[in-house]
Amino acid sequence: MLTISGLGKHFGGLAVLEDVSFEVPAGGIFGLIGPNGAGKTTVFNLVTGLLKPTTGTVSFEGRSLAGLQPHQITRLGIARTFQNIRIFKEMTLLQNVMVGLHGALGYGPLALLLNQGSFRRAEAEARERALELLSWVKLQDRASMLADNLSYGDQRKLEFARALATGPRLLLLDEPVAGMNPAEKDALMEEIRNIAGRGFGVFLIEHDMRFVMGLCERIAVLNFGRVIAEGSPEEVRNDPGVIEAYLGREDGGAP
Amino acid sequence: MEWLANFWATYSTLVYSVGVFALMALSIWLTLACGLLSLANAAFMCIGAYVSALLSLHAGWPFGATLAAAGAAPALVALVIGMPTLRLSGVYLAMATLAFGEVVRIVVLNLEVTGGPEGLNGIPQSTTGWHILAILAVVVYGLLRLQRSRVGRAFEAIREDEVAASLMGINVARHKLFAFVLGAVIAGLAGGLNAHYTFFISPREYGFENAVDILTMVVLGGIGGLAGPMLGAAIITLLPELLRSLHEFRGIVNGLILVLVVLFLPKGIWDPRRLRALFGLGPGRDPGC
Repeated sequence: MLTISGLGKHFGGLAVLEDVSFEVPAGGIFGLIGPNGAGKTTVFNLVTGLLKPTTGTVSFEGRSLAGLQPHQITRLGIARTFQNIRIFKEMTLLQNVMVGLHGALGYGPLALLLNQGSFRRAEAEARERALELLSWVKLQDRASMLADNLSYGDQRKLEFARALATGPRLLLLDEPVAGMNPAEKDALMEEIRNIAGRGFGVFLIEHDMRFVMGLCERIAVLNFGRVIAEGSPEEVRNDPGVIEAYLGREDGGAP
Repeated sequence: MEWLANFWATYSTLVYSVGVFALMALSIWLTLACGLLSLANAAFMCIGAYVSALLSLHAGWPFGATLAAAGAAPALVALVIGMPTLRLSGVYLAMATLAFGEVVRIVVLNLEVTGGPEGLNGIPQSTTGWHILAILAVVVYGLLRLQRSRVGRAFEAIREDEVAASLMGINVARHKLFAFVLGAVIAGLAGGLNAHYTFFISPREYGFENAVDILTMVVLGGIGGLAGPMLGAAIITLLPELLRSLHEFRGIVNGLILVLVVLFLPKGIWDPRRLRALFGLGPGRDPGC
């Protein structure tokens, strides 16, 4: 579904990513893991068009994403959430999700100005759809509340609903459980399974191993800007290179 | 009835000014609503005023046509300067648009056709209160419709977080340009109306101080809705007149009032959310927050 090949990103002389290649299959949950600073978020920024790659290409459903603006990539069917939540705090929950439906609202300027039937119908449908998406993450009761007043975990869920509103076929989640307690993590894991169960592809970044192992069907491991392993959770868990990256190497001479 | 006639004879210009500056405040509100701090609107007003005045004086165009030109000319200019400058944000955009405003002022000051520093004299007084009211009504209606559509939501999203907005499928650059150009149209119309009731225009009226005055109106009134900018325009226009008896202390009191409002009402006088919370209507602030 999403093919990343030979991807590299340099900031001046600093190579953050070097020759990264892997493929996110259609459907299911794919995980990209790695220690802090391994370049995981940079991969997302390159996929969503916020950064331009130095080398290599990203293609989505066979179509190259080179040179596209972030909003164009979103409209092709890729949505994302952020590690540090970026909801629209001064807007209501409903408005937040309706912003995500922007591309789906097709009325013209005349219909808008004259408040024609086509405008009202489209807006009413968008509101219905937004409420439905909010109900997916169980926030529909608070639709008219300001997003700023939500708890941290609920803000994360709102960000999910907003991303789903853009009508993606692939959803990128950047450290979805960062800063959450175990109970919240379990609840969110359930939420992500639900989303995948509805037919959305999920590609997530995480460094909580327990979370990733329990959720993902395939995993790629990134360390110092390079992919060091890829496979099923079982394969990755037993890979000596991965163990070394996470736990360090055993010294030759025992004390 | 006689006092009304007297009142009107004395103060009609002031009432017109309130209307025209309400338009100016709305024009800058539009760019602020999209997160753009632009100080170019006084210059757009200047372009609108001069274009329409020159067409009235030298080409003999009917008033309606000169007004249309007053809206169109600054829109074209905004389109050309908007494309490169709207890549800037925050204070950098303010600097660039400020420089643009100065360029316009200096060009007008030095051209022959604009009458240089002496300005233009004898512009036909075609503007009536109805003209101002009608244009203000159309602008308010248009902005209200815009605010309640996907465009209004996109503006708000861009103001809060540009990156997140672009990842919601919103073409950020195009929305910003649209807000900037539409703001220029409104400012140009205000300029055209202004030129046709003051009889005389000169470059002095559209300088830096004017740009800041207009911005102050919106900050004072509040950017939460359309009522705020208009209220701010009325206050800033009327305040110097109301304080006339204070003579030379007028400027000081004027400034003091502004400082107090900004200190104690940071979201402006007209803040729908605070007003709703105050009167216990609908979703205001959460209790305890």
